[in-house]
Order: sequence, then C-alpha cells, then structure tokens
Amino acid sequence: MRALNFGDVVFLAKGALWTLALFFVSLVGGSVIGIALALMRTSPWRPLRWFALGYFRLIQGTPVLMQIFLIYFGTALLGFEFGALLSAGLALSINAGAFLGEIWASSIDSVGKGQSEAARVLGLRYGTTMWHIVIPQAMRVATPPTVGFLVQLVKGTAMASFVGFVELTRASQMINNATFQPFVIFGGVSLLYFAICWPLSLLSSRLEARLAKAYTR
Amino acid sequence: MDTPVLEMRQVAKRFGAFQALANVDLKVGRGERVIVCGPSGSGKSTLIRCIVGLEQHEHGTILFDGAPIDLRSRTSPIRSGQIGMVFQQFNLFPHLTVLQNCTIAPIKVRGSTRAEAERKARDLLARVGIEDQADKFPGQLSGGQQQRVAIARALCMQPRALLFDEPTSALDPEMVQEVLNVMVSLARDGMTMICVTHEMGFAREVADRIVFMDRGEIVEVAPPAAFFAAPKNERTRAFLSRIL
Repeated sequence: MRALNFGDVVFLAKGALWTLALFFVSLVGGSVIGIALALMRTSPWRPLRWFALGYFRLIQGTPVLMQIFLIYFGTALLGFEFGALLSAGLALSINAGAFLGEIWASSIDSVGKGQSEAARVLGLRYGTTMWHIVIPQAMRVATPPTVGFLVQLVKGTAMASFVGFVELTRASQMINNATFQPFVIFGGVSLLYFAICWPLSLLSSRLEARLAKAYTR
Repeated sequence: MDTPVLEMRQVAKRFGAFQALANVDLKVGRGERVIVCGPSGSGKSTLIRCIVGLEQHEHGTILFDGAPIDLRSRTSPIRSGQIGMVFQQFNLFPHLTVLQNCTIAPIKVRGSTRAEAERKARDLLARVGIEDQADKFPGQLSGGQQQRVAIARALCMQPRALLFDEPTSALDPEMVQEVLNVMVSLARDGMTMICVTHEMGFAREVADRIVFMDRGEIVEVAPPAAFFAAPKNERTRAFLSRIL
C-alpha cells in the first residue's frame, strides 16, 4: 500500500485520453456504419431493409462485452493480432452502428413522405433528395437521441478494460489496487467521465436550438 | 388533334383488393384544361399520382408527347421535371426559404446558375403575388400563400403540364379564392392542366372538359356546360345533386 502521488494523476489523465481516443474511433466507425444502415433501412429495396433490421436486432440484443471478446479473441484465433484498441474500437463501432442506425432510420422516417414525393416530382434524384431535403429535417429529430446514445458510448468504452486496454476505468482500478483510496479515485474518475459527457449534452442543446431556429418565425 | 401531351391507355391500378383505377383512357391535348371530380375514393388522386409516377400502375400505358413514360430512364419527363405537380398539403420544404424552395430543382436538375434560377423564381413568385415573401420560411406564411409558393415552385421547372391534386382542400375558406385566381390565370395563359378539385365554380370557369370518376372508372367526360346542365350518367347526376 502506498500514497497517491502526482504520477497517479498523470496515469489517470493518460487513461482519460485513451478513453477519448476509443470514443472517437467508435464514434467515427459507428457513424459510418449507422448512416449506411439508416439508408438501407429506409430504402425502397426490401432485402436491404430486412438486412438492416436484422443487424439492429442482432447487435442490440447481444452484450457489447461479448462483441468485444468475440473480436479480440476471435481475430487472434484466426491469426490477426488486432490488439486491444483496434478490437475494442471495432466492436464498439459495430455496436454503435446498430443504435445510431436505428435512431437515424426512424428520424428519416419521421420526415413526411410528402417531402420526398415533392422532391421526386421536381426531378430531384435520390441522393439530392436525401442530402438536401430529408436529412436536414431528420437531423432536428435525431439530435437528442443521438447525443443520448453518445453519452452511453463514452461510458461504454469502459468495457474495453476487460481485454486489458488501459483506459480510464482500467487505470483507476490499477491505481486503486496500489493505493486503496476508492472514494478519491473512483469519485475523481466519475468526474472525469462527467467532464467528457457534459459538453456533449451542451452541444446537443446548442444544435437543437440552431436547427429549430430555421423553422420558427 | 395533335399528339396529346398526356395520354392514358387502359390504365389499371389496385391496392390489395381495392380497384383504384379500372381501365382508364384519357387524352389531354396541348393547352387543355381538364378537371377531374368524383366522390372520395373514386380514384382521382390515384390517376394523377400514376401519371407522375408516385404510384405504379399495373396495366396499361401512360404516354407523354406520344412516348410511353419510362420511370427508370433519366430523361423521363418526371425525372426531368417536365410534369409539375401541386399537392393538397403543399409539401413545401420547411427548412428552405421560399426562394430556395423555388430554386433547388432548377439548380440541381436543370443545371441553372443560382443567379439565373433566383431571377426566374422571383419573376414567378411575383406572378403568384408573393414576391415580398421570398426570403421567409414556409412556416411563416398562410396556407394560401404556401400553396401559391408550391405553384411557383412547380412553374420554375417550366413544366409542359401541371397537375393539381385537390389544391384548395387543405385551405381555410377565405384563402381558397387567392389560389384559384392564380390557377385561373395559368389556365388563361395556356398551361396544360389536370386538376382534381371539388371547386365546381372554378371547373365551370376554366375547364375544357370535366371528367367524372367513380369507383376507379371514368364515368363521364363532357364540356362544363353539358356536364352541369345535362349529365348523362345516373352516377354523375347523383354526385352533382349532392355537391351543388
């Protein structure tokens, strides 16, 4: 047993940076997968819609930890050394894609059918209609649940500690094992997570206000 | 008669067990104004929606300028915006200004420059009497103004024919006339029009022919004078006695 020192604080800060890194990897990967799935789910082509729905149900209905394990140990077994960051990033991306995809698909659905019909009759193509007409309106609906999910995603990065990735949660456990100061360490780490999530919520309110402004007199 | 701008040959469409259109034949010549009326569920809207490809008909052919419409082709009259449509619910794009509503299709589909599209849009907004609202959002306008924007938006594509699906049915009564006035002036300028409406005064004023539909069939086609004075079919008489 030893006392907490400055080195521990640096170690935690590094852990927090890895948490952030993992979050961004998952955010980017999850967004790419989510956009693709949302477009599939709302496409006129039935097999694509079913594929997206199957993906949502399967990934949402299985634990993220098992997904991380499957990718981390599974790829290793197949001879790929992905490492903890990449495995966890990939698994969290696949997982986030399922949630973001479903949120975004229902946001796209919430834009009335009349909008795409009007666009179609004007001769606008699918891509133009989506990008200029449907998605800008869907974003307004999508912002609150998207941010709500991203906050979950930040906290979900802690799952990566199970495959030995030293992010914020793992770092705090290691320091606590050496110093046994749970209130200070875990309280402080909770505040660090809060410091990451709070700006996200703020950003959400800002974005909502900006998107809403365009509609009202 | 020249080649009709629009022609429907034996067009049929069903929704499940419901026969929405039953072997519809209709020709609309250049500059002709055709009013379509009939009880609700008679297939009036479906007729228009089939022409612009928002519904797929199962049988028959729809021709534009004598050529069958192929929705898969990039040059099809719908995908290039040559047939305009005005909806009951306006369907303006709420996140775009009135001016942007009118310029997006000319810019994206026709490749107009922004300046050119905006000049044209302002002209047409002036024509429907709302040039001073160009920079507002649709939500800031009254229903009648919104529908006039929708007409201007369709006109910006310089359509060869303009279809109206109950354009005044969603409007408060005091706003109906301002929209009808715009439509009358379009008719006077020789626009080819097919209009689904219950406004019989308007029909009498502008129609070259009135088409009466019931249960997916075209029951009777006649010029307005004959249509109102001496309807031939029993179903037409019953309908007119209910609404006049």
